[in-house]
Amino acid sequence: MAKVELFVNGRAVTGEAEDRTLLVHFLRETLGLTGTHVGCDTSQCGACVVHVDGRAVKSCTMLAAQASGSTITTIEGLGSSGELHPLQVAFRENHALQCGFCTPGMIMTSVDMIRRHPNGLDESTVRDELEGNICRCTGYHNIVKAVLDASDKMGKGAVKAA
Amino acid sequence: MGVEGIGARVLRKEDKRFITGKGRYTDDMSVPGMKHAAFVRSPHAHARITGIDVETAKKMPGVIGVLTGAELKADGIGNLICGWMIHSKDGTPMKMGAWSPLATDTVRYVGDAVVIVVADTKGQARDAAEAVDISYEELPVVVKTAEALNEGAPQLHPEAPGNLIFDWDIGDEKATNGAFAGAAHVTKMDIVNGRLVPNAIEPRATLGVYDAGEDHYTCWTTSQNPHVARLVLSAFYNVAPENKLRVIAPDVGGGFGSKIFIYPEELICLWASKKTGVPVKWVADRTESFLADAHGRDHITHAELAFDKDNRILGLKVQTIANLGAYMSLFSSSVPTYLYATLLSGQYDIPAIHANVKAVYTNTAPVDAYRGAGRPEASYVLERIMETAARELKVSPAELRRKNFIRVFPHQTPVIMNYDAGDFDATLDAALKAADYAGFEKRRGEAAKRGKLRGIGLSCYIEACGIAPSAAVGSLGAGVGLWESAEVRVNAIGTIEILTGSHSHGQGHETTFAQLATERFGVPIDSISIVHGDTDKVQMGMGTYGSRSGAVGMSAVIKALDKVEAKAKKIAAHLLEADEADIEIKDGDVRVAGTDKSLPWFQVALAAYTAHNLPSGMEPGLKEGAFYDPSNFTFPGGCHICEVEVDPETGVTEIIQFVAADDFGKVINPMIVEGQVHGGLAQGIGQALLEGTHYDDTGQLLTASFMDYTMPRAQNLPSFDVMTTETPCPSNPLGIKGCGEAGAIGSPPAVINAITDAIRNNNLTMPATPQTVWNAIQAAK
Repeated sequence: MAKVELFVNGRAVTGEAEDRTLLVHFLRETLGLTGTHVGCDTSQCGACVVHVDGRAVKSCTMLAAQASGSTITTIEGLGSSGELHPLQVAFRENHALQCGFCTPGMIMTSVDMIRRHPNGLDESTVRDELEGNICRCTGYHNIVKAVLDASDKMGKGAVKAA
Repeated sequence: MGVEGIGARVLRKEDKRFITGKGRYTDDMSVPGMKHAAFVRSPHAHARITGIDVETAKKMPGVIGVLTGAELKADGIGNLICGWMIHSKDGTPMKMGAWSPLATDTVRYVGDAVVIVVADTKGQARDAAEAVDISYEELPVVVKTAEALNEGAPQLHPEAPGNLIFDWDIGDEKATNGAFAGAAHVTKMDIVNGRLVPNAIEPRATLGVYDAGEDHYTCWTTSQNPHVARLVLSAFYNVAPENKLRVIAPDVGGGFGSKIFIYPEELICLWASKKTGVPVKWVADRTESFLADAHGRDHITHAELAFDKDNRILGLKVQTIANLGAYMSLFSSSVPTYLYATLLSGQYDIPAIHANVKAVYTNTAPVDAYRGAGRPEASYVLERIMETAARELKVSPAELRRKNFIRVFPHQTPVIMNYDAGDFDATLDAALKAADYAGFEKRRGEAAKRGKLRGIGLSCYIEACGIAPSAAVGSLGAGVGLWESAEVRVNAIGTIEILTGSHSHGQGHETTFAQLATERFGVPIDSISIVHGDTDKVQMGMGTYGSRSGAVGMSAVIKALDKVEAKAKKIAAHLLEADEADIEIKDGDVRVAGTDKSLPWFQVALAAYTAHNLPSGMEPGLKEGAFYDPSNFTFPGGCHICEVEVDPETGVTEIIQFVAADDFGKVINPMIVEGQVHGGLAQGIGQALLEGTHYDDTGQLLTASFMDYTMPRAQNLPSFDVMTTETPCPSNPLGIKGCGEAGAIGSPPAVINAITDAIRNNNLTMPATPQTVWNAIQAAK
């Protein structure tokens, strides 16, 4: 067993995990943060993306013990003081989700994508950057629109990013 | 149309929980004392079980129970069934082999479940599953669809000699032969529609809870139709009587057909919960999903299309072998028969059609409905052969189609369907215009200068949604009725709950169903809640598949709204001392037309519940239910046009433009309808370009993960150009046709027609991967 100490969504948490426990299972089962999903076993689908120390990480590729000491943001911790993050707003306004299962991972990936492209994004870049996130419902059409919309609004400073 | 009523682009009410991580899927459920299951599955495609040793596994850490099929049988749990009876052309019933939820003597595909292990943690359950020792005697294997019927092919089930499940006919063979005898031209093709894995991103999962105090079971499950699940689990599998079994399908992460069926796992977890005395949860990992979810398609077909000297179609002959896998899944028999061959007339006036379908067993995962279910296979056959015929006849593919369009409705096809309405010229014209079809040759020339092969392909599809009426489908072999139920409950302060037997797993019912009540009463959409997916809340329903929620589910809501409106008007007339006929409900007020007398909506609701001043003899309350059974299928149709560029050096295909013009009848929420089309197109284009399911000759699934099976990703797809035309469906009160599957039905032939146009080689099998396309280019040189 390993001791795991994390700072998750603004709170310090401590727990024990089997050595083989993946970060995603620690988040879901030990901390009850079920917004992060598991859609595959090969780190392909991206439903489990969270932010580890500010960067998008597939939480199925990391052991919980390995993440100890890190600052984690999950979908539940996105946004601030009761306000939705601009990407959450953009996903809803552009109908970028249907069943909602891939959505948390898509949003967490996209937040990081926009952070890494402060000068804005184009459709082709967004499509390439979404390579590690699979959606079976939307055909990506509206997800791409939502990311471009949020990037545009955040870039213009119309809405402050969380 | 109000801002939140019918036809409005209302943003989804359900989105809030999904974008904040508050969705509640089956794997998110947790109950006190819950334990975890792992299944031991067959590593062989065909083998006799000669021994099962569970003793080591039982002693592993955390293990609570290790259970086998023999124990399941001893407890009277039944075999899995196929719920649609098909009779062969000789009148004999289909030959259904026994499917034990846990195999006891023979395994028939890789992934066949044999043992369930229940342990404290998921990891412990898997460790113990590894320690179960099953001895097998391997048997010969048949995997390929084309080889199942070969003489000497390995036999799967004693009930089905020669692996033949049924040999089924539709249409008039003699008349069709006669039509061919007078043909000026006949186009012949062999067409393969490969096997697909549905791959909803949420894997299947279930949580079975047995309450010994109440002798009652609760089943949380990833289902598109929890009521049908309860019916089947209760009536056919003997888990428990219906009143002792609650099935809940909470948020479900996509279905696409794969979550219609009742699989072994939910049944076994319910039984295991009673057997072990603990709640049992099982969640598939992705490889289990690949191995053990029902797959889709898998047809091989020979088709011939006959024309007269004016290029009018005289007749169509189709022979298909449909691979149903190792066992008959719940609705598997209906897919290659009544959902396939009945659509072979397409949008065309074809005087004579004859189709023969042979369904076969192979040592592969069971095959059942996947988005479109039979209709994509039909449109692929017809639209590939139409495009090919146009090339052979050296006429415009668009004009050959137009020449043969059905224009008079209702239209009786030679294959059962009676099309009630449509305007195929309208969708063709809209698509041709949007795609700038007329300007294509210029673009082809421009691409050639850049060394690229540019092609364009059409597909004019028809499909059938909202299978009905129940009496008709019953006469064709369905084991269930295909109506839908609804209940509208107006609360005492005027808020509304709509209970529906439809189930939303991405379709947005919580928004679109609420739009119906907003439209009717003018109350804000936020005061309306949709209740679904729980057999304790909604009495009965048939669920969501076959694009039926709009045409059938919403129609039931409309019927219940009619009844509520009628009663509310009676109450209001009484309170306002007016004639009932003069009462109108609008913008949240109940008024006497042409006067200033009115009551707010909530006061009428309150009056129904205080019951202080109701019309004489009226029962208190404002709640009405309805069951709706449609009078016919609905027939969405449309035209998809795909334009591609192929790199002759690499065989890589790029979709430059994809236009979809669809006639869905009345549209309730265009935003959601467009989203449904986008998703369907992605699956259809995925089939055409990327998705291939490969078993090796020993029956091992080579494509059993997202690393091996190519799911469409954002970079593989273009943005889509989608539009709708509207020919209202006359057979339901809203005029809705259904939009969930059209994208997956219309798009594959459009893509393949475009690529074959580009590379000038018509011999191309899906998926058109770069290697396949490159080889086809070389072959054409």
